[in-house]
Amino acid sequence: MRALSELDELYEEIILDHYRNPRNNRELDAPDLEIEADNPFCGDEIKIQLKFEDDRAAGVSVAGRGCAISQSSASLLAELSQGRTREEMKNSVTLVRRMMRGEELSDSELDDLGDLEALRGVRKYPVRIKCALLSWVALEDMLDDYPAARQQVSER
Amino acid sequence: MLDVQSIRQDFPILARKVNGNPLVYLDNAATTQKPRQVIRTLVDFYQQHNANVHRGVHTLSIESTDLYEEARAKVQRFINAPVPESVIWTRNTSESINLVAYTWARANLQAGDNVVTTAMEHHSNIVPWQQLTRQACAELRYIPVDDDGLLQMDAAANLIDERTRLVAATHVSNVLGSITPIHHLTRLAHSAGAVIMVDAAQSVPHMPVDVQAIDCDFLAFSAHKMLGPTGIGVLYARPELLDAMPPFMYGGDMIIEVTYEDARWNDLPYKFEAGTPNIADAIATGAAVDYLSNLGMENVQEHERQITEYALRRIREVEAVTVFGPHDASLKGGVVSFVHGNIHPHDLGTALDRMGIAIRTGHHCAMPLVRSYGVVAAARASFYIYNTKEEVDLLVDGILEVERYFAHAGAK
Repeated sequence: MRALSELDELYEEIILDHYRNPRNNRELDAPDLEIEADNPFCGDEIKIQLKFEDDRAAGVSVAGRGCAISQSSASLLAELSQGRTREEMKNSVTLVRRMMRGEELSDSELDDLGDLEALRGVRKYPVRIKCALLSWVALEDMLDDYPAARQQVSER
Repeated sequence: MLDVQSIRQDFPILARKVNGNPLVYLDNAATTQKPRQVIRTLVDFYQQHNANVHRGVHTLSIESTDLYEEARAKVQRFINAPVPESVIWTRNTSESINLVAYTWARANLQAGDNVVTTAMEHHSNIVPWQQLTRQACAELRYIPVDDDGLLQMDAAANLIDERTRLVAATHVSNVLGSITPIHHLTRLAHSAGAVIMVDAAQSVPHMPVDVQAIDCDFLAFSAHKMLGPTGIGVLYARPELLDAMPPFMYGGDMIIEVTYEDARWNDLPYKFEAGTPNIADAIATGAAVDYLSNLGMENVQEHERQITEYALRRIREVEAVTVFGPHDASLKGGVVSFVHGNIHPHDLGTALDRMGIAIRTGHHCAMPLVRSYGVVAAARASFYIYNTKEEVDLLVDGILEVERYFAHAGAK
């Protein structure tokens, strides 16, 4: 299995664990923010919901269907965003993007990303970077549209 | 029968390795590889004959014009078109379909009319008709596909009515492989007074196609899916229709006389070939047609049927795999689309690529059809003249290996 052992870099244990057991994928009651996104190239879908308490994400739900990379990345996002402020979440989107571009991250930045570092192997598979970024780009869009998005959810 | 081993010698790319393994190229419905005969024709043209067509009196211009028109005549004979001027060079199948949409359909579609297509079309044979019918306040109807992936012809008979102006149907589905009963559909269209346009992108490269026997009005295909270069395609149309149609693009070569006030259109086929055409690629398409004609399209079809039959049987041995479309190889082209219960097509595609195996993954430019199967993406293996049963075995072994990898990885 010489050929496939090279895949270990892409499909790290943490990635496969999140793919098989996605975290925080139960829908929230009355979320403050909600967004759906898809990757038309492969059809992967993702839905993110956020609920804030004192400006921190008290509830995070991420659910969808797609490949191991897009879904594990989304699950890691759900885990990481728990308890974070909007600014902190936007900061992690920037870090994930920089990691995908192959930039060196400082130790404190890596600390901030935690388990997400496992996605680093995706860099070597350029066509799959979009899979890894799907949920992060959606999160960014959602936070940028705040408070318009918040308004929309509450009007339903 | 085809001598596959000697055919493979003609394709330089088949000798290369991908990620350390011999290339197993199973993405032929997307584009095929090119034999050295086609590549040589391209190089020869640029090294020996290059000049613009239809305008110079010098030797090179005459040579390139002759080669360009000779290639058109080869295509004409290949699809048994009645006259060379019924063969229009375009960029690809999409442009051929758009040509029909923007000229014939725009001039003939009225409010309350309808266009009938099928539920198994490529986006290129859906989107132009969505736009056109919307602009004309006409209706777009879809002939449904049954559970076996075959077109429901009794529904077709009801959908095609006296307000149908055009039937636009694929000859062979690029996802399911299903072959449309095209003679039957043509009769339904004509008896309703409609014209029929056939998307032959997946049929002309793979089986004998005779436009006069089918009796279709328009037929579109691309050279790059039949050993030819990218950037060149064909629209066949009945000459009477072409005569009556307005031009698609305006400019040089498509006119016979220009004054400051007005212009007169050139004769067929030049009326539809504005500007300097894709001369070299047209000529190389002629070389691709020669290559296929030498093999014999009946032989090509029979080879693909055997490979497809074998692939359907072998791939279905993998328990977690579900195959879409007809399971009878005689009802389909050389396309096998499938999903694996535990592995997403993209993960499968990435892993097979490590073994040098190229398959297509995704929605195959047929989103509504793929979604109707309750999935967002599928994997597809598609075959051509140089593929072998051994390559099918490598694919199946590869799928099993990926299964083992994902079963054990992360569970270490």
